[in-house]
Amino acid sequence: MGVRQIGARVHRVEDDNLIRGEGKYLDDIQLPNMGYAAFLRSSMAHAKISITDTEAARTLDGVQAVFTYDTLPSSLVSKTQLETYPAPIIKQSMCPELLANDEVAHVGQAIAMVIANTRHVAEDACELIQVEYTPLTPVVDVIKAAKSDSQLTHSSLKDNIAASIETKFGDVETAFEECEDSIELSFKQHRGGCHSMECRGVLGDWQQQLGELTLYSSTQCPYLVRRMVSRQLGCPESSIRVIAPDVGGGFGPKAGYYPEEALIAIASKELRKPVKWTEDRREHFISTNQQRDQIWKLEVAFKKNGEITALKGHVTLDSGAFLNYGLLLSATTLMPLPGPYKIKNLHVTLDAVYTNTVSTSPVRGAGRPNAAYAMDRVIDAVARHLSIDPAEMRQINLVKNEDFPYQPGSKHRNGSMMTYDSGDYTGMLAMVKEMADYDGFRKEQQEARARGKYLGIGLACFIEDTGMGPYEGVNVRVDVTGNIIASTGATSQGQGHATVIAQVIAENLDIDISKIRVEAGDTGKFPHGIGAIGSRTGVNVGISANDAAIQVKNKALKLASILLEKPEDELELSDGAVRARSDSNQFITLADLALQLSPAVAGKLPEGFETAGLEAVSYQTTDYMPHSSGANIAKVEVDVVTGGIKILDYYVVHDCGRILNPMIVDGQIIGGVVHGIGNAMFEQMVYDDSGNPMTTNYGDYLLPLASEMPEIHVAHIETPSPANPMGLKGAGEGGTIPAIGAMINAIEDALTPFDAYIAKYPVTPEYILELVDGEKMAAE
Amino acid sequence: MQEQDVRMHVNGKQVSGKVETRTHLGDFLRQAAGLTGTHLGCEHGVCGACTVIVDGDAVRSCLMLAVQADNCEVITIEGIAKEDGSLHPLQEAFRNNHALQCGFCTAGMITSLYAFLTENPERNEEEIREAISGNICRCTGYQGIVLAAKEAASKMAKDRN
Repeated sequence: MGVRQIGARVHRVEDDNLIRGEGKYLDDIQLPNMGYAAFLRSSMAHAKISITDTEAARTLDGVQAVFTYDTLPSSLVSKTQLETYPAPIIKQSMCPELLANDEVAHVGQAIAMVIANTRHVAEDACELIQVEYTPLTPVVDVIKAAKSDSQLTHSSLKDNIAASIETKFGDVETAFEECEDSIELSFKQHRGGCHSMECRGVLGDWQQQLGELTLYSSTQCPYLVRRMVSRQLGCPESSIRVIAPDVGGGFGPKAGYYPEEALIAIASKELRKPVKWTEDRREHFISTNQQRDQIWKLEVAFKKNGEITALKGHVTLDSGAFLNYGLLLSATTLMPLPGPYKIKNLHVTLDAVYTNTVSTSPVRGAGRPNAAYAMDRVIDAVARHLSIDPAEMRQINLVKNEDFPYQPGSKHRNGSMMTYDSGDYTGMLAMVKEMADYDGFRKEQQEARARGKYLGIGLACFIEDTGMGPYEGVNVRVDVTGNIIASTGATSQGQGHATVIAQVIAENLDIDISKIRVEAGDTGKFPHGIGAIGSRTGVNVGISANDAAIQVKNKALKLASILLEKPEDELELSDGAVRARSDSNQFITLADLALQLSPAVAGKLPEGFETAGLEAVSYQTTDYMPHSSGANIAKVEVDVVTGGIKILDYYVVHDCGRILNPMIVDGQIIGGVVHGIGNAMFEQMVYDDSGNPMTTNYGDYLLPLASEMPEIHVAHIETPSPANPMGLKGAGEGGTIPAIGAMINAIEDALTPFDAYIAKYPVTPEYILELVDGEKMAAE
Repeated sequence: MQEQDVRMHVNGKQVSGKVETRTHLGDFLRQAAGLTGTHLGCEHGVCGACTVIVDGDAVRSCLMLAVQADNCEVITIEGIAKEDGSLHPLQEAFRNNHALQCGFCTAGMITSLYAFLTENPERNEEEIREAISGNICRCTGYQGIVLAAKEAASKMAKDRN
């Protein structure tokens, strides 16, 4: 024993089931006498509706129930989805009715729910429901929607602005008046949707005799779902148990609360039987939150030496039809500005604007990839304007090591000043340049251009606020068999949290990892939890597991000291037993210690023991957020004849503080980078002018494939965070955040001879040809 | 809806049932045979998650009707490990190389690679990437999967010789 676990490349405890096909995902759960749900969804982007006939559906053989707005139970607290994250700053909050009453605001909005003996029959019945649509003008383009004289996206609105927020510090006006030079730039950002390989799904199992509901959901946040369903239905939280089984990817959009979660709970309760709904892929495209468009207009002030002095501008953010996830996307877009760069004067405003398209909420990184992209495009634009090398430009503007802890001037959404706790931004830049042979590639690029071959290299540097508190609790319990049960409020969608929790406990208790069972994602097993969002789980759960395990160890030593009649400092815990250091034959196993503290066995607790059980719970809090950071380089070759882009190589230097499991961290980074590459080159959710979604399968909506992806080279530095006792920083989204910027900077760099400016992404072959030809024509 | 009898060999065992003709093979395997290791990711024939092996070929079980697989030999992810429960080289390599995160695409990745490498394990990286270019993974960025496939391929080649 005594093998180091923390920091080791430990294989995942999750894998054995999954590689044998023995995982348990939502749709794999079969309960006796179960009904299957299907939804009739709006086929129009904006219309008044009237449901004229449900009789044919109701009487179809095999149909058990048809629900519409009118037939939802009157016992509900509200027939409109309750706000998940209400905020006073939201000017006009729109949440959908659980089933649309008389107006629909996007294609895909749920109108009716059918429960039947099979999913086939439920879908057949949906086809039989008669809905009369009276079309209203849809508003699809976010810039048009933002105008004060725009058509309205909902009849009840005054205008389409959901909220306006800003980030502001320093004295921007004076900085612009006094600056040596300035430029303007604008660009459109487009991020796609969730596209976890498992779609959403919900299974409700109402037990009439107990008055209790077990709700399985393919969610990132079971405690949020419990809270919202409880409030929506008016049932006490204690009567609802939410279980997230194996979840096939989350990436943000599974962190919300959706009407289907309430509706399946309602159906199960009304029909007094289990009811399951599994989202199909087309539904995923038209009903699961996406991230989509942001239109940025910026002005940058700087000195002739490249030092940026001020940044101002405006962002128009497409919220989609509803604001069912509050302003988190808007807030995380502005909050990270100005990233790792020292800009003392900044004022950026943002309007979150409704359109008649699917609602939006954070996708991997939330608004952070957008903010990081904006900063890296600013840096490259100024570098180009001043003919400074983009790497040198970053070196000039990055926060330096002596500046930590550094406060850029912005505020966190909890109201505190943003504080970058630690890092080595310039060191990482130097390291990634070295890895990628930046200077050598510049020479290669020159030679290639002479041969009509267009190579490009792009840089991106970023910071990420991670580990958002207040906590993610862990209970560590030794049971009477000597096995360790760790229960936690954390949930996993593939990140390997169970492995990491087990590693931390195994190291502290010096016990084999196979003896540790992690119970997570089940509100019945642990009372409080937040969920897997914002690169927070490793940090929060790591420090709580560590603390709980130390408490258990101390408790074991204390009890063993009484039972073995030896002072604690002459005892040690190893391999499942407390042993005398002097005589390893003198020992007591953890199982026996647990038995002594088991309430049924101990007539009374030993002297000095206030709690039963060989267990401890910990909710370590972290108000001070650890900031991960990194520097990336992408190398591409652009074919100006076909518009094709070949990614040659991709390099990452990342700092997530002390690493718990390098294999898992690298997996997060590499997968995250590829998500960013997807945003930069492939993923595009297209709507026509009438608000019809044009990309609702993976033939039309492109995701990155193995055949197009480069090798991604990852290196780490570890600057331990002072913000928590283990020095941890989050790692879940740091691959994605800088990747779009690195890619677009690389593609633009390749097109330098054409003087191209990339004003939008994804950069498709068509767009490359437009950029190349447009410039050629302008030159002629 | 018209129903038909189907009968097939799945992972060496006889499976039969009465199905509506519109039932695709994926639904039949998951529901009638109870083999939920085969996952349905898109049911448009693009993502590859539902890949199973029918008479030696990797097929998308969402694009094949159960009745079309009548009398066929089918292998699903549950049939990849050896009978004594020990892992196939591909499964071992997937664990060793962190080739899975959420695990939802994993069954389709392993079955696709199983068919591809069983036919001929002497494959280079480019061929491997091409072979799984019809399988979408949102988590891993494919790097671990490619490493795993290379590791398994060399083990499978050695076992063959």
